[in-house]
This record gives sequence, C-alpha cells and structure tokens, in this order.
Amino acid sequence: MGSTVATGRVAGKVAFITGAARGQGRSHAVKLASEGADIIALDICEDLPFAHSPHATWADMEETVRLVEAAGGRIVARKADVRSREQIDAVLAEGLEAFGKIDVVIANAAAIAYKNVLDITVEEFEATLDVNLHGVFNTVQTPVRHMIERNEGGSIILISSGVAYRATPSPDYSAAKTALITFARALANELGPNRIRVNTIEPGYVLTPALDNDKYGERTAELLGREPFASREEHRAAMWDQFKPRNMLPVGWVEPEAISNAVLWLASDESRYVTAEELKVDAGFADKSA
Amino acid sequence: MGRVEGKVAFITGAARGQGRSHAVKLASEGADIIALDICEDLPFAHSPHATPEDLQETVRLVEAAGGRIVARKADVRKRDEVDAVIAEGLEAFGKIDVVIANAAAIQYKNVFDLSVEDFEATLDVNLHGVFNTVQTPVRHMIERNEGGSIILISSGIAYKATPAPDYSAAKTALITFARALANELGPNRIRVNTIEPGYVLSPANDNPKYAERTARLLGREPFATPEEHREALWEQLKPRNMLPVGWVEPEAISNAILWLASDESRYVTSEELKVDAGFADK
Amino acid sequence: MGRVEGKVAFITGAARGQGRSHAVRLAEEGASIIAVDICHDVDLIAMPLATREDLEETVREVEAIGGRIVAREADVRDSAQLEAALADGIAAFGPPDIVVTSAGVVPFVPFPTMSEATWRTTIDVNLTGVYRTVKAALPSMVEAGKGGSIVFISSGIVFRGGGLVVDYASSKAGVVGLMRSLALELGPHGIRVNTIFPTNVLTKMLDNEVFGAVVSNAVNEGRPFESREQRVEAMRGMLAARNMIPLGWIEPKDISEGVLFLASDEARYITSESLRIDLGFGGK
Repeated sequence: MGSTVATGRVAGKVAFITGAARGQGRSHAVKLASEGADIIALDICEDLPFAHSPHATWADMEETVRLVEAAGGRIVARKADVRSREQIDAVLAEGLEAFGKIDVVIANAAAIAYKNVLDITVEEFEATLDVNLHGVFNTVQTPVRHMIERNEGGSIILISSGVAYRATPSPDYSAAKTALITFARALANELGPNRIRVNTIEPGYVLTPALDNDKYGERTAELLGREPFASREEHRAAMWDQFKPRNMLPVGWVEPEAISNAVLWLASDESRYVTAEELKVDAGFADKSA
Repeated sequence: MGRVEGKVAFITGAARGQGRSHAVKLASEGADIIALDICEDLPFAHSPHATPEDLQETVRLVEAAGGRIVARKADVRKRDEVDAVIAEGLEAFGKIDVVIANAAAIQYKNVFDLSVEDFEATLDVNLHGVFNTVQTPVRHMIERNEGGSIILISSGIAYKATPAPDYSAAKTALITFARALANELGPNRIRVNTIEPGYVLSPANDNPKYAERTARLLGREPFATPEEHREALWEQLKPRNMLPVGWVEPEAISNAILWLASDESRYVTSEELKVDAGFADK
Repeated sequence: MGRVEGKVAFITGAARGQGRSHAVRLAEEGASIIAVDICHDVDLIAMPLATREDLEETVREVEAIGGRIVAREADVRDSAQLEAALADGIAAFGPPDIVVTSAGVVPFVPFPTMSEATWRTTIDVNLTGVYRTVKAALPSMVEAGKGGSIVFISSGIVFRGGGLVVDYASSKAGVVGLMRSLALELGPHGIRVNTIFPTNVLTKMLDNEVFGAVVSNAVNEGRPFESREQRVEAMRGMLAARNMIPLGWIEPKDISEGVLFLASDEARYITSESLRIDLGFGGK
C-alpha cells in the first residue's frame, strides 16, 4: 500500500475507465474515487462521424478531473481512442507510472449509430464493432497482462447493454453488446485461475448526454411522429413517457449513479467470488413482459 | 450510517449458515431483523438442520452487531406459522422492507431413488415455502406503498445439471417465480431478485452425514476428522469453479444480499445474481 | 416409413388442443399412441378442461389416419391413474419410446390474492405432474433398454415473466430444472430429455372467458366482449404485439412438428435442449 491512508469500499485500488469524460464513465470515476480509488481515465473527446449523437469534449474530461479530485481521488486523464491500441497503452503506461498498478478495468466507451438493417452499410457495421467490441478487446488486454504478472487478481467490468436481452433495431450495436457477454464469460473462464474476475453490466435506459442532446431529441420527435421539441425539458418528459412502459419499475430511466453502484460493488472485494455475471441495472427492462 | 440503516429485513432459515450470515451482515449495516427457522430436522432431508440453540446464537450475534431482532421457531411450509412470526415482527418494528427467502432442504437422491412423495417434500420447502414466505410481506409492502426488496435464494444448480431432479426443479422455478413477481410488482416499486450461490461451506455440508456422502462419492474410507473432509471437499469442488477456490464463504453471499437489500440497487429487479466463483459458466 | 415408425408415444393432456395434435402427428408418422387426459374440470382452475368426448375425438382422429391408440382418463396428479393407463398401453403396444408431457393448467390470478391452494394446484399439475408422468414411464423404458425421448412442454413465459402467471411461470421453469437434471441422469440410458417453449397457441387454454377477462382488462378497459369473435380479435391484437413475427398465435401443429423432431431419431444427439417455437416471443 502507498502512503496515502485511503478509506472506502475500494480504498487503495486503481481503476482504469474508458469513455470517462461524461455520462456513465464520469459517474463511475467519481463514485470509485469517493470510495478511495485512484483513476486512470481516457476518452476520445471528439465526435465520431458514424455515431448518431455528439461525443464528449476535452472540456468534459477536465470536469471529470475536477470532480474526481473534489471527491478525494487522484486521476490521470488523457485523450485517447479505444480503437487505437497504441493510444490506450500510452495512457496505461502513464497511469502505471503514477499509481503503480491496475486493480479494476471498466470498459465503458461506446458509440451508437441507430440504423436499421436496411440502411446500415457493412462499413458502418464494422465502425460500430470497431469501438464497441474491438475497443473493449484493446481496453482489456494490456491490463490483463499486468494483472497476471502482478498476481493479485483483479476485476474487469464490461458495460454491455439491455439490448443483449431485448431485440431492438440496430443490428450492429446489438451484435457488439451481446458479444461482450460471451467475451466476458470466456475471459472469466480463462482468467479464473489468476483470480481475475470478469463481469458485465447491462444498463437499461440511462439519462446521459448520449440521449439528452438536441440530435437525439430530433430522433425522438421523429419516432413519435410529432413536431420538434421546444426544449430539453420537453424532450425529457416525452422520453420518460416513451420508455416507462418498457420498464417494470415505474421510471423512464435510471441515473448514471445507479450504474456506478453496480460498478462499485463489482470493483470491490465484496464481490470477490462473482465472475461471469451479467448484472442488469435496468428497472426491469430486460425481463418486462411485452 | 449503515448501508441499510433503518430498514427491516425478514429472513427465513436464519438459525445458522447463510441465513445467519445475512442477518448479522444486515444488522451490522443498520437493519433490524425478523428471523425464523424450523430448528429441527426434516425426515426427508439429507443432513441435520439447525437447532433452537443455533437460532439463539444468531440472536446473540445480531445484537452484538448492534441490531434488534425478533427470532422465532417456525416452518416455512406452514403459512400460519410464517404469518405469526411476521405479525410479531411488524408489532416490534412496524414494517418490512426486505424479504430474504433462504430456508431450504435437500435430499440428494437421483431419479431412480426419488419417489414422487420425495419430490413433493422438496417442493414443499423449497418452492411452496418461498410462496408462503413472500406473499404476506408483499401484501404489506403494497399497502405501505414504499416499495421493497425481495431476495430469493436460488442455486447454481439452476444453470448446471446435477442429479437431484427435485431440488433442480424447485430452485430453477424460483428464477421465473421472481421474474413473474418482478413484472407484477414493478408498479409498486417492489423489486424481486434471486441469488444463485455456488458451493458455500456451511453446516449444510460441513457435517458428519455429508462427510459420509463425500467419502462414498469419492470411493474412499470415511474421513477421520471434519478438517480432512473439508480438504477433500475443497479439492473435489475446486475444478468446478473458475476461480481457484473450492467454495465461497456465507459472508460472500451476504455481500450480495446487502447490495440487493440496499437502495444502491434501487433499479435492479428480475436479476439473477450469481455468487459462485464462476461455477455456473465454467 | 414414418419418422417415428414403430415407436410408442405416451402423451398427457391428449384429449384436445396441443396434446391431441401431438397424438395425431406422431401417429401419422408411425407411432402407436398411449393417450391420457383428466377429462374433467379441476377445482380452483377456472378454465374449462377437456371432456371424455374430447378424448374420444382424439381416438377417432388417430384411428382415422390408420393409427393405433389406447386412450384413458387419468389425472397427472395421481400416479396410480397414470400407471394404470400406461399398463394398458404397454399391454397393447409395449413400453413407451416417447413421452410428451402436454397436460397443463393456468388459473390467471394476481399474486397478492392468489390462494395457497391455487398455487399448489398449478404446481401439482404442471410440475409434479410432469415428474409423476416420467416416473410412471421410466421403469419400462429403462428395462426395455432401447433409450427414448422425453419431451416437456414448457412455455415461452419462462423467458419473459408476465402478469397474473406467477404460479404458472414458476411451474414451467421448474420443468427446465427437471429437464436438465434428468437429461444428465438418463443420458447413460440413451434417454434424451428436451423442452419446447411455445408462444401462445389458440387452444381452449386461451380461447375461453377466463383469459378473455385478462384480455378485456388489458385492452378493453375491463368491458366484456360482445362475442367470441370480438374477444378473439382483441386477443389477436394484444398477443401479436408480443411476438417478433406479428401473429397472435401459432397452431398446435407447429408445436407438434417440434415434438416430432425431438421424438424421432433425427434428434438422436439432442438432449437438455430448450427449443423455442414462439414467433420470437422469448427474445423480444
């Protein structure tokens, strides 16, 4: 242990988080920091041409840094693209330099195009897989090598999606997120002897900048066959009503912090025997009767 | 401030093993406990069940952890006995926020030896007993209108074939029971989840009767000591788990209970939460 | 040469609906049928069950296509009745090669007010009844040493939950646990155990006033339907929305094709399998 006297449910641990500039990723970083972890964070911090909505900015990442530090954590935060192994490994090297180890990996970075099978090109399909599947492979492999070498186990958390259980248009995104579950299961089997646990979280609807933006507001209006929303609030109210019937619990979405609670549990030693688990945090979305 | 501060949890099979561990864990995080256990052997079950002394020890440990507890001897197969304990608990604590259906019994018989009566006996405790445990608290929760968390202890056996058709049927049924309940009770903000433990070392397997079974299965002479049995059991079970352990501690299951009981999991419902060192998917 | 030529099939719930369809389809492909059904209503189960006339109709239909059948009234809640029916069938055709557990009930009751007796009845028919059926057939199958195929009829509800079916859904999932365990144990005997998960099938199980009330509450503000036609149309719309292929239901024959495949030697290496025949219901 270092000289810092950390307390909390993940005291003294180091967590590597992708897509950490805003939304769920930021929430995980702040939650883990508030429970004693140090954070290695990356985010692409620029828009992806194929993705539907705008992605985060470097200013967003600076805000994550501010919030993590305010929660009492240390953080190494860099702009990097999960499609580039080189960029990821450079961030990891800096993080290891600063904190000496990685105990937890949270593969959170994602991108979605919202195209159906008739519109989506093979190139677009590949673009989605590049971020959501190959990007996870890139995120996980170097830390796994480090964990095996260090020989003190570890916790790897992949953010899958409720689309893994409920059919939705978006064949590319469905394929990638569903693949993550079996990817995790295979990894868990292989890395069990090294005491490296591998689990997925399947969020249902979560209100983050990925939905709560003007571009997505246009999409919602189009889907509902109505005129454009006059304000963000109006869009949110319509989305809440649109999503609520799809959940068992009487809510339209869950907060990023609710996902972070699951991340915290899986990152902590409280879940020390939990591996190959699919943990749904979804207000009952996956199993709701149609 | 504990993670379940001010909540009241009703736990069946609480005299020892996992049930006791859950009671103590929740008490240490601020909950009050309503506990029951049959506290006697079941003729059809393979190993001895808990005793009244065991339940007393749970009371002592819960109180030492700073919790209050109402603990009674009662049989989950009898609705009137379950309801009497719940009534006493409500009298003492005024509400129930969390239900943990943990009481179970297993006989280890295969299809050729297992009579239809044996099958029914297992369903009586492990399936009908859960129905009995859950329904009255659910009515209370609906009336109270502040939601609730119901946690059913299923088993890793729901994912892996084992020769115990009765126990497999009952424990697998619990998962869909939970899913149907979660669907029905979602509008009332009552969450319903299951936990699927893998191998757990508890008095249910850490006993001379079970040691005889292990020796027979391994085709070896009887074990001289409980330690010798545990070692053999660890080696026997370890290859079935992904993580290099033979079993998990009851406290590891309690960590999942605590999470599902707390508001940290406020949007988690209809979840099958495996705490099994990777048993199910190995 | 039929696909199950010379085999003997023991089928529960065979008086009407899916069970009858399985009997006729297997007979078409050369199997001799031992058919049982309770042939009377059951306390606490509001839906009307089959009648003796229904069972006689099954006999007529099987014989009309040149099949052989022994049909008996028997309650899956009573092992002695199952054993007696089976003994008659075995005397006529020899031991069963195929077992199909089609008998089932669904009361459609809300959980908070569900009586313990209702709960127990559903479990007793749908889960313990399956075990009783297997136990009745197993000794003669094992003794014959020819292996066999046991096909459980579960329900798509296992994958989706749903309202007013806590007891039914539990019983149908219990069958999955039972399948897995039995498939493991009976593998060495060459006996395969598989489960089919149908989506809705328009049989008397749904085409009745009890389910009509459920439909009415869901899509007709609780107002009673004026005619069966109106009820069936409302049901079609409500159920179609739950399936990927937007049909309200499938035909008993669609399930029978799955039963036939699993019962035949075409599926000789398939065991412990969950086969959904469901218009995509389980994945939607």
